[in-house]
Amino acid sequence: MSSREASADLESFAAEVGSDGPVAVVGGRTHWEIGGQCPNETRLVRAPSGVRDFDPADMTIRVGAGTPVEELDAALAEAGQRANLPVAPGATVGGVLAVGRDDVHALGRGRLRDALLEAVYVADDGRLVTAGGPTVKNVSGFDLCRLLAGSLGTLGLLGEVILRTWPRPAAQQWLAGPCDPVNLRRSMYWPSSILWDGEMTWVHLEGHESDVKSEAELARSLGCEPTGGPPPLPAYRVPTGALEAGQPTGSYLVQIGTGMAYVSEPRPIPDADPAVVTLHKRLKSEFDPRGRLNPGRDPLAAR
Amino acid sequence: MKFRKADPLMRDLRRVLPSDRVRVAPLERSIMGRDASIFEGGRAGPVCFPISTEEVQGCVDAARRHGRAVVPRGAGTGLAGGAVPLEEPVVVVATKMNRLLSVDADQRVAWVQPGMINLDLSRALAPYGLHFAPDPSSQQVCSLGGNVGTNAGGPHCLALGVTSAHVLAAEVVLMSGESVVLGDADGWTPGLDLRGAYVGSEGMLGITTAIAVRLTRNPPAVETLLLAFDSVDAAAQTVSAVIADGIVPAAIEMMDKNIIWAVENFVGAGFPTDAAAVVIVEVDGLPGGVAAEADRVAELAVEREGSVRRATDDEERALIWKGRKSAFGAIAQIKPNYYLHDTVVPRTRLAEVMNQVYEIVDEHDLQVMNVFHAGDGNLHPLLLYDAREPGIMERVHAAGSAIIEASLAVGGVLSGEHGIGIEKRDFMPLMFGEADLDAQARLRRAFDPEEMANPGKVLPTGASCAEVNALGKVPEGVWG
Ligand SMILES: Cc1cc2nc3c(=O)[nH]c(=O)nc-3n(C[C@H](O)[C@H](O)[C@H](O)COP(=O)(O)OP(=O)(O)OC[C@H]3O[C@@H](n4cnc5c(N)ncnc54)[C@H](O)[C@@H]3O)c2cc1C
Ligand SMILES: Cc1cc2nc3c(=O)[nH]c(=O)nc-3n(C[C@H](O)[C@H](O)[C@H](O)COP(=O)(O)OP(=O)(O)OC[C@H]3O[C@@H](n4cnc5c(N)ncnc54)[C@H](O)[C@@H]3O)c2cc1C
Repeated sequence: MSSREASADLESFAAEVGSDGPVAVVGGRTHWEIGGQCPNETRLVRAPSGVRDFDPADMTIRVGAGTPVEELDAALAEAGQRANLPVAPGATVGGVLAVGRDDVHALGRGRLRDALLEAVYVADDGRLVTAGGPTVKNVSGFDLCRLLAGSLGTLGLLGEVILRTWPRPAAQQWLAGPCDPVNLRRSMYWPSSILWDGEMTWVHLEGHESDVKSEAELARSLGCEPTGGPPPLPAYRVPTGALEAGQPTGSYLVQIGTGMAYVSEPRPIPDADPAVVTLHKRLKSEFDPRGRLNPGRDPLAAR
Repeated sequence: MKFRKADPLMRDLRRVLPSDRVRVAPLERSIMGRDASIFEGGRAGPVCFPISTEEVQGCVDAARRHGRAVVPRGAGTGLAGGAVPLEEPVVVVATKMNRLLSVDADQRVAWVQPGMINLDLSRALAPYGLHFAPDPSSQQVCSLGGNVGTNAGGPHCLALGVTSAHVLAAEVVLMSGESVVLGDADGWTPGLDLRGAYVGSEGMLGITTAIAVRLTRNPPAVETLLLAFDSVDAAAQTVSAVIADGIVPAAIEMMDKNIIWAVENFVGAGFPTDAAAVVIVEVDGLPGGVAAEADRVAELAVEREGSVRRATDDEERALIWKGRKSAFGAIAQIKPNYYLHDTVVPRTRLAEVMNQVYEIVDEHDLQVMNVFHAGDGNLHPLLLYDAREPGIMERVHAAGSAIIEASLAVGGVLSGEHGIGIEKRDFMPLMFGEADLDAQARLRRAFDPEEMANPGKVLPTGASCAEVNALGKVPEGVWG
């Protein structure tokens, strides 16, 4: 038997999911239809919510997947920490992980998928499954957590997760100006974000006060001026390759160094390699042979 | 079993590769029967040295036609028996695919072949002011394909993350013979994170034939501190205090008394031999943060009655790291054999578990040295022994099991970087329940329905199908 015991909350979440019939988890409904619509007959459930375990000195936190990310962020802020998750108003930790969208700071802070250390999810047969482990470093068995982040709940329904946390930096600053994003990246040591809309470039700096100051000086010498924050992200996420290929319509914003861009109008993206599509189908049929978990969603179609 | 030229498998393999790259000489097969672990039960079949993706595909096709398993292999420095072949499979060795394919300094990505040695990559990147962050202690000899296979870590993975965080894409030959790119060198592609699922899969999902690695900028400022303490407790508490203070150094490594002594004898790195433990802390980044963090680390050490030496130049820094990185070489002076363990505990429980390790080792009348990645709680107790001593292996294994159990009991995990392989396969049920293991077996089957890649590893018998049970049975008496 596993040494880890499930809480009563998780047990009742698993019971609610049960082992039959189409079922989906509702988070904050902020990205409800991403990747496709659930059929009407889908039963909706909510994941447990709340901070379970937080020892600031370990720099990990265990929370129910239904916890609002703002609540998570507030709990961590008290200890001078944060998790590498977008703090989207109304969204839940489970929803953010299931959708798998990186924060605008992925360039400097790392990817969302790397924030997830352990996940307890309900499998297609109603059993609770633990993936990963509670420590910041772990290679015990296959890395299912990476697979779950961005899976839109199609492989398992997240009940509880352990996230890695980071210190909140002492200082931060956004700057923007009409400068070349590639040159900017070449010149700066570790910007947490560089965004580019084809004309303007936004750069975010964070860290020790004197470093943010000196890097900001550098950015100014390259044509950027301090600004309040990043521009709003256009609605659809596409790989940067799609941006180069398609005819430009609407506006776009490239998240430099991450392979991601955001566009205001949906645009076709190149078809995935058939072997990649086959692997997606095989994974789905292994993890959810009856197709009952978050039916109608397709991670390959998520924008 | 003898492999003759007329053997149908050999005939097919020799259609794919010239005969000097399909080897069946007993010596070759016996070398390929081992890795750097203490596991001695391996038996290799034909040993193949492909030089291209197409050749790897050809090897896989031939093996499949003849119902043979395939074991991917890099440099064979793995410590969990991951590359040890069971039941004479076709062994596909990546060492002749060792080229740097391309570097894009602006995009910070390089494509490499899997047989390239980890350190060779960072050397090749030096002119660009870039490096590959994961730096396993074995980096002079281990391959990048092996690093991907084990999701390797290293001293400098504390702030930057282990191999998975530095792999953007992998070209993989599946057991169907197809070649597929998982992930995307640009950094993102829609769909499931197949790349992430693949990294760390210990050769059980396919064979890596090329890797797009993320490159890291060399830091403009670095401070290296050597902290010395009168007790292991004080050292471990300082490590916890640094983390709790909101500092994530580039590296925090710890060495205890026995290993300090051995290293000093071996390379003379200037470590204080009267200390109970030393902690190497490296902070890097922009100068302001580096100076502030180094000062704070020194303060935290002094509060715990540690002494502090700060490297004044690159030469002194290199010497400190030489002391750390020569640890394994130094051990040979003391006992002919060692068994290097690898578990992780929550960082707040370090001192407690280290004390338990000393007790366990005492109980089994063994010698231990600790040299490990303290910053992320990754323990590496090194049990020293002389294999010629009768009955010694029982004690070594009993102590090892007790260390694993002590780590799990405080909420730790089985392995931080070496992987599960054969070594910890049968410990998996201590950490995972039946449903958890079943989920891992499902991932495996989605990639490799016939379970042809590296069978008998990672998943304990019972988590998978019957054939694997048969293959995975470790014959008696093979533990060295
Ligand atoms: C104002 C605003 C700003 C935002 N800013 C950013 C940003 O800067 N960067 C960024 O990347 N994203 C941003 N987002 C998007 C944010 O990441 C998504 O809103 C979030 O991923 C969805 O969370 P949710 O709880 O609302 O999920 P829902 O919309 O309720 O659900 C989304 C999908 O996830 C599934 N799901 C939900 N919970 C679970 C679970 N526990 N287990 C399995 N599947 C589950 C649902 O079934 C559904 O398929 C922003 C959103 C808003 C509203
Ligand atoms: C002295 C010493 C110090 C060490 N220090 C560290 C350390 O600090 N951190 C750390 O993480 N490890 C360390 N190791 C362990 C080892 O070096 C790593 O696990 C390394 O990643 C293995 O690389 P390799 O090329 O030797 O792989 P191998 O041992 O050949 O193989 C390892 C695994 O990867 C698979 N594999 C190899 N190549 C491929 C491929 N092309 N395609 C698919 N699968 C493949 C194999 O099947 C096997 O399961 C150390 C080992 C020694 C001996």
